[in-house]
Amino acid sequence: MTFRYLPMTDQDKKEMLETIGIETTEDLFQDIPEEVRFKGRLQIEEALSEPQLVKEMGRLAALNKNTKDHASFLGAGVYDHYTPSIVNHMLLRSEFYTAYTPYQPEISQGELQAIFEFQTMICELTGMDVANSSMYDGGTSLAEAGLLSAAQTRRKKIVVSKSVHPESRAVLHTYAKGQHLEVVEVDTEDGVTSLNALRAEVDEQTACVIVQYPNFFGQIEPLKDIEEIVHSAKGMFVVSSNPLALGALTPPGKFGADIVVGDAQPFGIAQGFGGPHCGYFAVTTKLMRKVPGRLVGQTVDEDGKRGFVLTLQAREQHIRRDKATSNICSNQALNALAASIAMTALGKQGVKEVAHQNIQKAHYAKKVLEEKGFKTSFTGPFFNEFVIELKCTAKEVNRKLLESGIIGGYDLGLSYSELKNHMLLAVTEMRTKEEIDQLANVLEGLACVQNISH
Amino acid sequence: MRTEHQSLIFELSKPGRVGYSIPELDVPEINVESIIPSDYLRTEEADLPEVSELQIVRHYTALSNRNHGVDSGFYPLGSCTMKYNPKINEDVARFPGFAHIHPLQDEETVQGAMEMMYRLQTSLAEITGMDEVTLQPAAGAHGEWTGLMMIRAYHEANGDFNRTKVIVPDSAHGTNPASATVAGFESITVKSDERGLVDLEDLKRVVDQDVAALMLTNPNTLGLFEEHILEMAKIVHEAGGKLYYDGANANAILGFARPGDMGFDVVHLNLHKTFTGPHGGGGPGSGPVGVKADLIPFLPKPVLVKEDDLYKFEYDRPQSIGRVKPFYGNFGINVRAFTYIMTMGPDGLNQVSENAVLNANYMMRRLEPHFDLPFTQHCKHEFVLSGRRQKKLGVRTLDIAKRLLDFGYHPPTIYFPLSVEEAIMIEPTETESKETLDEFIEKMIQISKEAEETPELVQEAPHTTVVKRLDEATAARKPILKYSKQV
Repeated sequence: MTFRYLPMTDQDKKEMLETIGIETTEDLFQDIPEEVRFKGRLQIEEALSEPQLVKEMGRLAALNKNTKDHASFLGAGVYDHYTPSIVNHMLLRSEFYTAYTPYQPEISQGELQAIFEFQTMICELTGMDVANSSMYDGGTSLAEAGLLSAAQTRRKKIVVSKSVHPESRAVLHTYAKGQHLEVVEVDTEDGVTSLNALRAEVDEQTACVIVQYPNFFGQIEPLKDIEEIVHSAKGMFVVSSNPLALGALTPPGKFGADIVVGDAQPFGIAQGFGGPHCGYFAVTTKLMRKVPGRLVGQTVDEDGKRGFVLTLQAREQHIRRDKATSNICSNQALNALAASIAMTALGKQGVKEVAHQNIQKAHYAKKVLEEKGFKTSFTGPFFNEFVIELKCTAKEVNRKLLESGIIGGYDLGLSYSELKNHMLLAVTEMRTKEEIDQLANVLEGLACVQNISH
Repeated sequence: MRTEHQSLIFELSKPGRVGYSIPELDVPEINVESIIPSDYLRTEEADLPEVSELQIVRHYTALSNRNHGVDSGFYPLGSCTMKYNPKINEDVARFPGFAHIHPLQDEETVQGAMEMMYRLQTSLAEITGMDEVTLQPAAGAHGEWTGLMMIRAYHEANGDFNRTKVIVPDSAHGTNPASATVAGFESITVKSDERGLVDLEDLKRVVDQDVAALMLTNPNTLGLFEEHILEMAKIVHEAGGKLYYDGANANAILGFARPGDMGFDVVHLNLHKTFTGPHGGGGPGSGPVGVKADLIPFLPKPVLVKEDDLYKFEYDRPQSIGRVKPFYGNFGINVRAFTYIMTMGPDGLNQVSENAVLNANYMMRRLEPHFDLPFTQHCKHEFVLSGRRQKKLGVRTLDIAKRLLDFGYHPPTIYFPLSVEEAIMIEPTETESKETLDEFIEKMIQISKEAEETPELVQEAPHTTVVKRLDEATAARKPILKYSKQV
């Protein structure tokens, strides 16, 4: 059988074997001891031709309800946002996606410059001094912020608010276990971190306090008050932030954050069943030499011409091995490129406009639902997500919504025992007034959720 | 490649230009100050570029022209498996049913995605000879850490809290010791012998009751198969330790040998290497981890299972190490890898390794007269030359690498493994034709001659790239990590 990715002909093979001075390719595998040689044929599916393959993968894809054919109100960390058409076109420039990490700067200036621009844009949005070239995702980036804080302060206690994404908290717990760190979760009050509970937990053993802004419920955390509590105990202030929200909200850097992390998925990155997305990691200058992952820096070549290189590599695993600041090697470079292109396309005006449309549409949706008699859970300011109370399970409601072509919200009962039958709804700029009204109408029509507060 | 100066996108910016289009707000507008306290409303705008759509397209097209990928030319970067990245993979990953689905949708609405994942994890278990596979780790290093955390959980579940050491060979990838540290272990180095293989005597010396695991790449980073793998497994297992397989070099052995049959307990694969990821300029990758039966209880949550004809994420796993990543791994990369496996099938994958190994041995024998070859046995998918002969002429391995740029090649991996002086690590992969290999070999021979006759030509290389050698020392000493407007 011949394969289109394998160019070797019988003639090539014959010539190559002659050059090597052996009879068959088998001779090249004699160093694999007989006892461990695999003698059968791998029991995996048989090869498919290109048309057969497209058909089979198309069949699998068609089994999934997608957000192109359905109006989605599901967010909870992953969002359906406007992606300019050019993002995909530029990503498919194969000089980008078929390249390795830019360790040979002379032939990687394109990638290096794009990442330098990414770092700059993340700094602009977060109000921080330094941003790295990307992390796997928001969750692992948050966990690494916890590890950095512990290493920097030489303290063992990480304090995290329960209003931080439940999956990010779960990842943080796993990472902390590896480093023998303690993770303490702080209760919320009216959908935001309880300041009293926080004060009670933060002490001289606290490496950092981690909050999310806007938080998992969409609420805007009182960063100003939290900053005072953390810094008065000399802990690090870590904020996980949706970077799109920062088009409208005061950046965490302005509130004295030491580390800002998050996921750039809202910028041109497909929801893709949860990955690959694009973690970002931004810090103050003071922590510049402690950040995990790759950094691109500007320099000059022998002729004095501007160029870019990977820099401060003495932090990284390939140089420092067991003393590295992190074990991260591959990151999410191509998705950082996608985010850069999307941030560039939106630009100064667009990022603000899109963020404000999210605020407006989400508030409109909340108002319409309240007018129909639904109870919303929290009273504080929010960005593009809010919580409503249901009389039956979110699962049942979502099943009904799907019949009307709507992907409903996130079932908060899955992560918060006190929020059974509560649904987190996300309303982005992609949702039209008509879709929002339809959501409200369908919900109103469901026997199990009707007229709750009346 | 174009050689002229390329502006930063910020330098192209002019107030008033836009590169986007969204509809006018269609809901009644409320005063944002009435709903968000003023302290939390941004006053100073984020200074993002203001450019038109064509400017953006030209900018990124120009940047792509200043970049070298596998599609641009030969990329024999050792240990990185820079094989062809099939176009069909990119198409399939963009199907709306894969690209535009939300990870928290009801499981009933994403059965196709879950079926794909299940079939991929089943295939990878068979390819590696392991009992179960998780697709969650985002990349190789993430997989290493996940695997080590599981090994730790396994020992602790046995009441064994004193296993603090992870052994890594001196030729190991830097991620191995770094992952050991993040997982809370101390890493201990085991030496290689004169044939480039792990020194069994030294292994016996470092293995004791404190050993949690031995991490091994096989074939190792010199491209050599660890022939004594069964004895090594015995030494580690008898001391109560586990064997960890770093799958970075799996491209050499598909269908020829399986880590599970060699005695490995935990395996990670780099889907962006062996299974055509692609590399993406440094990621995203995907680093699935396979385990033997006794480690299954410790797999990260959730575990994807099939019950009757329904796919389910199982969360009730009391001994699990917990979550290692939000959601279910780098799904989009996994779609690409599955598409590739389905393209190749069992015979194709076997042929991949056969051709990859034949290509590497052919190149090695043709280059052997011109460069020092520290280890002379047959190699697997890659081999390591030493530039010490050229170094005596004043031409370092770095110079040879830079000279290759002039001929349109991405250079091999250099100065790794650390155990070889002036190392040049070449991995051709199976997707390159003999003609490409021959042309590259000719250029390498030419460079070895230049090193003798006109060394300055090599020392001053590259001559044809958009920038010359860059001042990395200053970049690190006075870091400029973002653009600042000149005022």
